[in-house]
Amino acid sequence: MKAGTNLEKVLEDGQFAVTAEVGPPKGASDRVVIKKAEIVKACSDAINVTDNQTAVVRMSSAAGSILLKQMGADPVMQMTCRDRNRIAIQSDILGAVALGIGNILAISGDHHSLGNHPGAKGVFDIDSMQLIQSMKMLRDDHKFICGDDVSGDVPLFIGAVESAFSDPVEFRVTRLAKKVKAGADFIQTQGVFDVEQFATWMKGVTDRGLDEQTHILAGIIPMKSAGMARYMRDYVSGVYVPDELVKRMENAEDAKEEGLKITLEIIDQLEDVDGVHGIHIMAVGWEDIVPVIVEKAGLLPRPIV
Amino acid sequence: MIVGERKPFAEITELIKDSKKVLILGCGTCVSVCMAGGMKEVSILASQLRMDSGIQDKGMEFGEDTIQRQCDREYIEPIIELAKSHDVVVSMACGAGVQLLSDMLVPTPVLPAVNTSFIGICEEEGTWLERCRGCGNCLLGETGGICPVARCAKNLFNGPCGGSVNGICEVSPNTPCAWQLVYDRLKALDKLETLEEIQPIRDWSPSSNGIPRGVFREDMAGIGKESESASE
Ligand code: SF4
Ligand code: SF4
Repeated sequence: MKAGTNLEKVLEDGQFAVTAEVGPPKGASDRVVIKKAEIVKACSDAINVTDNQTAVVRMSSAAGSILLKQMGADPVMQMTCRDRNRIAIQSDILGAVALGIGNILAISGDHHSLGNHPGAKGVFDIDSMQLIQSMKMLRDDHKFICGDDVSGDVPLFIGAVESAFSDPVEFRVTRLAKKVKAGADFIQTQGVFDVEQFATWMKGVTDRGLDEQTHILAGIIPMKSAGMARYMRDYVSGVYVPDELVKRMENAEDAKEEGLKITLEIIDQLEDVDGVHGIHIMAVGWEDIVPVIVEKAGLLPRPIV
Repeated sequence: MIVGERKPFAEITELIKDSKKVLILGCGTCVSVCMAGGMKEVSILASQLRMDSGIQDKGMEFGEDTIQRQCDREYIEPIIELAKSHDVVVSMACGAGVQLLSDMLVPTPVLPAVNTSFIGICEEEGTWLERCRGCGNCLLGETGGICPVARCAKNLFNGPCGGSVNGICEVSPNTPCAWQLVYDRLKALDKLETLEEIQPIRDWSPSSNGIPRGVFREDMAGIGKESESASE
């Protein structure tokens, strides 16, 4: 075991993992985090806490992760490269581990020009690949980026993201291979709507044997309305929503019901895709649906490992 | 070249509002090529200011001149007298020119009329694009001649983020994704295998760690003086 987190145990046990997501509030209320986490806790193996998602200032992912930890959940602390240099990054990692956070997920971060402080100075000292590498160095070599020794152990289960549908599509398997080489123990993908195309990417992944070196969790985004489907199709980079699904959402009498149906179909198909070790459900602002999805997908109860 | 853009007129008039006799000084190199602060722009700004002064009865006087380079002492020296006969000098050079001019004209104040933007190229008429951030550690050799420091909004060194779609960067529909360009270029050069390697964490100390940089070459030190004395 690298960090011995619940997520790591479930994945290493060969179980089909389920992770969910909690976005911290634009305020200091612990209640908001706890309330959202309570909804998804029993039906997931770990819960991601986003790091100022879409570059909008919110409670820090470290604080959110600690709140989750205190209620007995297993947090996945997201960490972007946008807002911290290597000094702050390494220091925050040590602090998080000291407080019992074992899963840390590296991402580049949405660009600050798109958030609510567009005049901020972006940091981008190291990139997400290099962040994965630095976490591995802290854990396995007990070294900081500069080469100095770290005192004691830094148990980490290292996460990363990949987007099978972003461009250049031909490069996306290579990019995953690099992340695995850098040290990613698990990967959460961007939301999948076109399972066939996702399976093509996964074929490239399994052909290179990457699924045996890392755990891939396919991203799931439940759609609440036709508007949301269109928005994701047109504006969310890296998410590819086929027109046919948009039409289904548009023609549905009960859009939420149809969204749930589509989600369950996708999960069902994903379970058959070779190399997929679980799902990561991103139900931003619709946490209530997560237990329903997990139950109807037949993924309850969650394993106790 | 250094690309700049002239400041808004109102900002310039505000900067010089307490002066009577103003010299507008252009620079004949980069800012001339990017049409922000050369001879032509000096003459346009001077006429605008004269008109403004006339209409508002400000009674200001405006002199005009343009030198070859404001970042070079040699070219500034001949105009020191002229400059000092004015209350203030409005420089249309880049920030480096404004600073050297300020150093050499004390006590005459020098004010900037141009916002220095970036090191770039002229893509087509009326369009200038950033190409280099002077990071002090050029890696164009590994990226097929496309700079991820200046052209990737997130300074990525290991391939495109998830925001790259149809060749466009997530930051704006007018910005090509640098990593799509790198990918296409390396493919054309039959060097895609370069992208399999993880680019190590960079040492930014030759770049933006905040300490003002200098280039010091012993082999060049004193050479100007030597040749001067030789020709004497
Ligand atoms: S790598 Fe550095 S020196 Fe080279 S073009 Fe980019 S910013 Fe300029
Ligand atoms: S889309 Fe391309 S250029 Fe824009 S931040 Fe991502 S990798 Fe960099």
